[in-house]
Amino acid sequence: MPRLHWEDFSPGQVTECGSRRIARAEIVAFAAEYDPQPMHLDEAAARASLFGGLVASGWHSCCVLMRMLNDGLLGETSCMGAPGVEEVQWLAPIRPGERIKARATVLETRSSRSRPDLGFVKFRWELINAADQSVMTMIVSEMFGRRAANAARRAEPNAPSEP
Amino acid sequence: MKFFEDIRVGEKSDIGRHTFTAEDIKAFAARFDPQPFHLDEAAAARSHFGRLCASGLHTACVWMRLMINYRRREDEARRARGEAVAQLGPSPGFRDLEWPRPVYVGDTISYDTEVVEMRPLESRPGWGMIVVRNTGVNQRGEAVISFISSAFVERREREPQAS
Repeated sequence: MPRLHWEDFSPGQVTECGSRRIARAEIVAFAAEYDPQPMHLDEAAARASLFGGLVASGWHSCCVLMRMLNDGLLGETSCMGAPGVEEVQWLAPIRPGERIKARATVLETRSSRSRPDLGFVKFRWELINAADQSVMTMIVSEMFGRRAANAARRAEPNAPSEP
Repeated sequence: MKFFEDIRVGEKSDIGRHTFTAEDIKAFAARFDPQPFHLDEAAAARSHFGRLCASGLHTACVWMRLMINYRRREDEARRARGEAVAQLGPSPGFRDLEWPRPVYVGDTISYDTEVVEMRPLESRPGWGMIVVRNTGVNQRGEAVISFISSAFVERREREPQAS
């Protein structure tokens, strides 16, 4: 049984989702697989780029944020995924060895008219560097199961899963 | 990359396709998005998705890789023809990302990109901004991802502007 359901979220709630160091090797490994551009792969080429040195792919930042949110918040909830992402802003590059933290702020919650078993929670997710600057933000509405719906399913174990 | 002056609103490019395997889906999820419906067939069968499906970020990261490979092929062809290649600057982010349908094991997603808006940048004389809509459809022609991204593209500085 998840610890947190849709009913447990309310606007203004802030969850700190830990901090971690981003190693050069993981920046390069991600880039080799998904974003093979010189400024993410090779120090010499990156020095010649607009960034002046190696930086993480913006998509890598999204993946790091998603993982930190999973570990720090979503893993203990009735989260059912998201139908999309409203906006992502890459505000500053993440460089090798930087320590970053992740933060989730609830912006609004709403129930679903068509699906009484779930509701939406709109968040601002952020990665924040050691200087306390936001290096990326993501505005996303996640779907969460409602407490009553989960309780009903548990009480009736042979009930069909949601469509 | 084409120079800013050579790009037209409405231009659409087929950037490639990718088939998502179960191993691929689980490996990405284990690293970046370890929600049960992306990691485990039995848990996915109990979820509202019904079957194992790819993390939405995975679908997006594959777009990035195909886009980089597409640009590289195009640039190599330009160099082979003796044409100059424009630089592409950093992207400030993306918006309006939608995942209208899950990507299930075995789905082959075809990705397209279309120029929807462009404007010169007053603040950066050598550069213009392009806005593109990126989409992915499965083998049944159903949309699985769509988002709007923007990027800085180099202008032809000393050459006469294209008519």
